[in-house]
Amino acid sequence: MPERRLLLGDEAIALGALHAGLSGVYAYPGTPSTEITEFIQQSPLARERGVRSRWCTNEKTAMEAALGMSFAGRRALVCMKHVGMNVCADAFINAGVTGVNGGLVVLAADDPSMHSSQNEQDSRFYGKFALVPILEPSTQQEAFDLMAYAFELSEELRLPVLMRTVTRLAHSRAAVEVGDPQPQRVLPPASERTRWVLLPGNARRQYAALVDKQPDLVRRANESRFNALEAGEEGGLGVIAAGTGWNYVREAAPQGVSVLKLTQYPLPAARIRELAAHCSRILVVEDGQPFVEEQVRGLLGADYPVGGRLDGQLPRTGELNPDNVAAAFGITNAGPFGPARLLAPRPPQLCQGCGHRDVYTALNKVAAEYPGARIFGDIGCYTLGALPPFRAIDSCVDMGASITMAKGAADAGIHPAIAIIGDSTFTHSGMTGLLDAVNDRSPITVIISDNLTTAMTGGQDSAGTHKFEAICLALGVEREHLHVVVPLPKNMEEITRILREEIEYQGVSVIIPQRECMQTLGRKLRAKKQAQ
Amino acid sequence: MSKIDIKLSGVGGQGILSIATVLGQAATAAGVNLKQAEVHGMSQRGGDVQSDLRLSTESVFSDQIPLGGADLILSMEPMEALRYLPWLSESGVVVTSSRPLVNIPDYPDEAALLAELDALPRVVRLDIEGLARELQSPRSANMILLGMAAPYIPLLSEEQLRAALESVFGRKGPDVVQANLRAFEAGLGHALKTVSK
Repeated sequence: MPERRLLLGDEAIALGALHAGLSGVYAYPGTPSTEITEFIQQSPLARERGVRSRWCTNEKTAMEAALGMSFAGRRALVCMKHVGMNVCADAFINAGVTGVNGGLVVLAADDPSMHSSQNEQDSRFYGKFALVPILEPSTQQEAFDLMAYAFELSEELRLPVLMRTVTRLAHSRAAVEVGDPQPQRVLPPASERTRWVLLPGNARRQYAALVDKQPDLVRRANESRFNALEAGEEGGLGVIAAGTGWNYVREAAPQGVSVLKLTQYPLPAARIRELAAHCSRILVVEDGQPFVEEQVRGLLGADYPVGGRLDGQLPRTGELNPDNVAAAFGITNAGPFGPARLLAPRPPQLCQGCGHRDVYTALNKVAAEYPGARIFGDIGCYTLGALPPFRAIDSCVDMGASITMAKGAADAGIHPAIAIIGDSTFTHSGMTGLLDAVNDRSPITVIISDNLTTAMTGGQDSAGTHKFEAICLALGVEREHLHVVVPLPKNMEEITRILREEIEYQGVSVIIPQRECMQTLGRKLRAKKQAQ
Repeated sequence: MSKIDIKLSGVGGQGILSIATVLGQAATAAGVNLKQAEVHGMSQRGGDVQSDLRLSTESVFSDQIPLGGADLILSMEPMEALRYLPWLSESGVVVTSSRPLVNIPDYPDEAALLAELDALPRVVRLDIEGLARELQSPRSANMILLGMAAPYIPLLSEEQLRAALESVFGRKGPDVVQANLRAFEAGLGHALKTVSK
């Protein structure tokens, strides 16, 4: 019996996967993808079926575990934010070469406009790079429906399928019609070693087979019911509306415009030629980078007018919105009121009482005594230490870069070179860099600011909780240069003293300020009160 | 076709997203189509928070409201209400708390801010935080705002909003439901007294 449920795009993806007979979700938290895994973790159906859903240490471990589950004949989902694709790229690209057994869907949630990210890279390039099909839903309903389709496609083609969404769909709610769940799918485990052991001899054969599959992938995209062409006036404007771009086009496009809704890739070349033949020019409306636009220019040749983000009809950066898409149709959206006269920006900030605050207070105090000091930051709540009142960090690039950049800077003579990294980021990508520093006896001071959770994304379990001292010691950090402190104003003297001593030490030091996140602590206390 | 586009705004922690949840629940129960876009992640840390809520008897496509398209700006904080003025339509109404939340060093002068707000054609404002304290339920302040907005959301009846509120807060126990219902009625009462210019 179909039921209507109000779901976030992320939740629709999660429920779609569960209903498609999922056996495991593998993920590291990252905005805007986090809610997919959280939904499965809280789902009664998932619990009943024993769907595996514990958080992974990073996106690479997630991708590999999912590939293992697929090898064993089960359906697996991997979820991450777009930059997570960089972390798991090795496993992802090679999973295209081995192919899959049980259905494997890789979900990448892109963040155009960088609401909560360091770049706005477009994951569709990874799908093309790996030569695998890509699906891109426009609506919450389609996000739900596409999951079953994606798993079937993956098993038919024996390839991973990349599902790409963006912040506006991931974090927007709408009613979704939901049918009955399929039983969990169980295939026999893979047994062809020549397919799975990527020695050069096998890999060459597998790669050639992957390339041979490409015409079939294009044929399927041409015939896909998700790539629908609505023909308008002959000789008029044709629009290729990809993913969420289609929503804005549906609202803003004037009468008579032809629209090709693009949901399944590789590019459906025949449908695009059909659109081009019917129209006299084409506008490409896609969220993210001009992935489709570039290819369509190649497909139709230099003489056919194709526009979009590359020729300025749409902005080159930032997400699509109803206003910039309307503008591409020559329509100006404007209200009677201009921007208010009295407005001040209100950036996010570290919570009152947060332990990271005390860490930055101490760091700033000590760093002020060393004019050459540089503090290398990392990804998490504590990146907000870059903003007033702290203005404490000199860099923040990618997960784990604090430790390795501090090492490289120390190699070049920067002193003191201080790294500040959160607990979850440290286990995600900091441990290997710390081993490099230990092996090279680099004179760096590493601060692992441990709040016992993955706080930035809403308080998910952190892989290394209660293990950080053991991990550092095992990596070779010396006992006498490893300190655990409690970041509270009353301990400021102890923390600054330790910082000064360790900055003077000509080797690797690790200081672990450890105090629970105010948000997770508050939630626990409220839950306890409610239970009473 | 009957539609209402609402810009919800406030500061992280003020309960904006719970208002959206109640409205979403009411709309779904009433068979009204909706899309509700929100921003998670960094913005929740004491920064400005905003959500676009679109209700319609027809299909809703864009998750975001076009400039000049909002029928209602619903805000827990006066400066955050003003931030979204370019989205307000000709006949749009601003329903907001008048109590500034000052967590930044360069917050504008309060009197000048309220004067700018009052210069708009249709404004309903109230010291929501003060009223919530009077009601001894500071955590229900957001439901006062929802009550104030109720007369401006003709697609959903007051009864439908009350039922949605009960269903959303039900799992937190009857005391929480009652406190939130009282807050809703107080907000509604204020809005009904206020003559919208």
